[in-house]
Amino acid sequence: MLDFPRWKQLWFWFITLVACASALPSICSVSGLSWPSYLPAPRINLGLDLAGGSHLLLEANPDQVVSQRLEGMEESVRTHIRQSDGKVQIGDISNKDGALSFMVQDPGMVDATRDLILPLTSGAGLTGKRDWDIKVVDTTRFVLTPTKEGIDQAVSAAMDTATEVIRKRIDALGTREPTIIRQGADRIVVQVPGLKDPSALKALLGQTAKLEFKLVDTTANPTDVAQGIAEPGDEIVPFAEGAHGAATAPAIAVKRLGGIKGDQLTDARQGFEQRTNQPVVSITFNQEGGAKFAKLTTDNVNRPFAIILDGKVLSAPNINEPILGGSAQISGNFTVASANSLAIALRSGALPVDLRVVEERTVGPDLGADSIHKGVIAMAVGTGLVVLLMLVTYGRFGVYANLALIINVLMILGIMAALGTTLTLPGIAGFVLTIGAAVDANVLINERIREERKRGRRVFAAVENGYKEASRTIYDANTTHIIAATLMFAFGSGPVKGFAVVLMIGIVTSVFTAVFLTRMWVALWLRKARPADLNI
Amino acid sequence: MRLLKLVPENTNIGFLRWQWPTTIVSTLLMIASWVLILTQGLNLGVDFVGGQMIRVTFTQSAAAPVAALRGEVAALGYGDPVIQTFGAPNAISIRMRLPQGSDKNATMADTMAKKITATIKAAHADARLDGVDSVSGKVSKELGWTAFQALGLAAIAISIYIWYRFEWQFGVGALASLVHDVSLTLGLFAVTQMEFDLTTVAAILTVIGYSLNDTIVVYDRIRENLKKFRKMDLSELLDLSVNETLSRTVLTSATMLITLIALMLLGPKVIFSFSAALILGIFVCTYSSIYMAAPILIWLKVTSSSFVPTETTMDRQERLTREGRP
Repeated sequence: MLDFPRWKQLWFWFITLVACASALPSICSVSGLSWPSYLPAPRINLGLDLAGGSHLLLEANPDQVVSQRLEGMEESVRTHIRQSDGKVQIGDISNKDGALSFMVQDPGMVDATRDLILPLTSGAGLTGKRDWDIKVVDTTRFVLTPTKEGIDQAVSAAMDTATEVIRKRIDALGTREPTIIRQGADRIVVQVPGLKDPSALKALLGQTAKLEFKLVDTTANPTDVAQGIAEPGDEIVPFAEGAHGAATAPAIAVKRLGGIKGDQLTDARQGFEQRTNQPVVSITFNQEGGAKFAKLTTDNVNRPFAIILDGKVLSAPNINEPILGGSAQISGNFTVASANSLAIALRSGALPVDLRVVEERTVGPDLGADSIHKGVIAMAVGTGLVVLLMLVTYGRFGVYANLALIINVLMILGIMAALGTTLTLPGIAGFVLTIGAAVDANVLINERIREERKRGRRVFAAVENGYKEASRTIYDANTTHIIAATLMFAFGSGPVKGFAVVLMIGIVTSVFTAVFLTRMWVALWLRKARPADLNI
Repeated sequence: MRLLKLVPENTNIGFLRWQWPTTIVSTLLMIASWVLILTQGLNLGVDFVGGQMIRVTFTQSAAAPVAALRGEVAALGYGDPVIQTFGAPNAISIRMRLPQGSDKNATMADTMAKKITATIKAAHADARLDGVDSVSGKVSKELGWTAFQALGLAAIAISIYIWYRFEWQFGVGALASLVHDVSLTLGLFAVTQMEFDLTTVAAILTVIGYSLNDTIVVYDRIRENLKKFRKMDLSELLDLSVNETLSRTVLTSATMLITLIALMLLGPKVIFSFSAALILGIFVCTYSSIYMAAPILIWLKVTSSSFVPTETTMDRQERLTREGRP
């Protein structure tokens, strides 16, 4: 066991040097030294609790995706049936309780209708199921229900889009290095380091930015509207807070269909209304959107239309003349900041679902800096005292243990940097603990060597036996640590995970340094010096 | 150079002579811990009950004006705040329930945080806002459940490992001292009413790891001695094993305590309760590796024959062939 061939020594040194070298860039950046830019620079990411910043967990409401799909299907069914040149007549369309249903007037046309609708559905991913379930009840009534697979796929697609939209919006804010990842079926984690006040961010993410232009139903009975009763084909939309017109009525009746959506934009900018100097948002449609908008305004001159944002009416201006240029102005009760925020939101597209913040953690940058500073000091003092204790307890063997300890710390930092893991505050605590565990391995070994000497074993045999007997205990103990750390990593969240990462890396490196490296050093020394006795 | 010996050589302390009094004390402490946990309850942080926590440091004051703050925040009409110092007397956390209906309207929680911080900043010029944590009821339930899973699974998985590596009696002994250590650590949180949050769960998991580490070192030696001294009386053998590992136990505990005390006194105040829990944990683990883990082996009647491999049919055939019988 004390036989160390040259190739093995070289391997050990190589591993040690590579791991320690990759820690250098991080150490330089903490201590304020510059690292040459032509060298690779793996760096340890600092968690938000150390760097300061905001962590937001956003959750979507899957029910909303379902109702959107139902609405979309209703529109598709209507247009498709219309394209059948009047062969198929349908009526009594209803969209409630999570299903869309309608009657076919001529029972003989049921099969033809089915053929018409079938292309509107498609396979749900790789599940082998369709995304809609089509049933015929009472011979002429069609019932379309979205399947679970179809809903899952739609939610997943919506979340992918939402992630992209969020990325665009945060990039527009100009913050650096945000982390945006999907979590589970309906959540997104957003982490923005160095952000002092997350309220602007939250305002931006909280805005779905679904813009609609719908015609106002001027014939609706005002008292019915006030009570929220809509006539067939209408819907009641409340005014946004402080919107022009909100003073006279709380809500307005608009035509449910036939409006246009504001998703076909090429640009949106904050600007000022020329006459009143009020902040407004100027939007520019793309070609298709511009054409639709031109048609809507040409067909409805002298009628009011409502500009609706996220289900609230911003304003309901009169169409004085056809708007043909493909651009328009949205006025509302804006401040410069809120108009700017809306412009960003519109530019990056609407979120396919509403998102709400279910967890938020913000750490001020002062506290973060304070934590790093104090954490480093605590680590240095703790390590220093342990090094001293090992030195006075084990002499030469203590020096080996201490060298191993320092290499161990560097290796953990190096591996963390190379893997791109994040160091959090609990991670620093994990560090301190790993130092304790690494020392324990050397204590076990050295105590065992002491014992073997006391029993009268010769120097070589004592060292060899010491390592052999202690290793078994060390492996058993570290296996239990690995089990605990793995479960922490798998099931823990946030702080627990950060702790587990350092612990897992630390267990591996501490066995390498405290058992393998020290054994090599001791073996080389024994062969060279051939001591007759050990001072241990 | 004369080397330091924290524990004199060749100790022969009769640890197990005290096994009955210590067992009674341990059992009483465990019962007391659970009574406290169940009656007093743990001071669960927003991670597990949901709500909002605002952390503020008063940079120019020796101590935070807790009483004044309580009045100022309560006057905002969001209910009474729970205000606690952590780590240093001038650093506090203010905990609030989330306002009614905030699960529908996310801006309500935001507005509350803004109002509270604005009020504090207006009244105290040296207030420095260190952070805001806002956790909804749904998320806090999930966090609690995953933390519970991690703790439970870790304890079970490690006990199974020990059972596999040693004998079932050792697995039971390890689990018993684990339950003891975790109970007493939780008891500390019930007594001091320190905040129990996700970081604390990491501390408890570490106590689990350390508890087993300590137990394994002692058990490993017991197993070795059981194989070596077949005829020795069990309690004598346990005493011998504990004495042989004593200097390792003391030295390792000392190094752990040094690093943890450094972390508690000099480290960031956010992990004060974390370090405090671990320090107590180290003491309890060291004690239980001697007084819980070892006596249980006597009660469960471990014998040296537990480690003599039982003869398989193949072994038997081999032996018979060797002995020249067909």
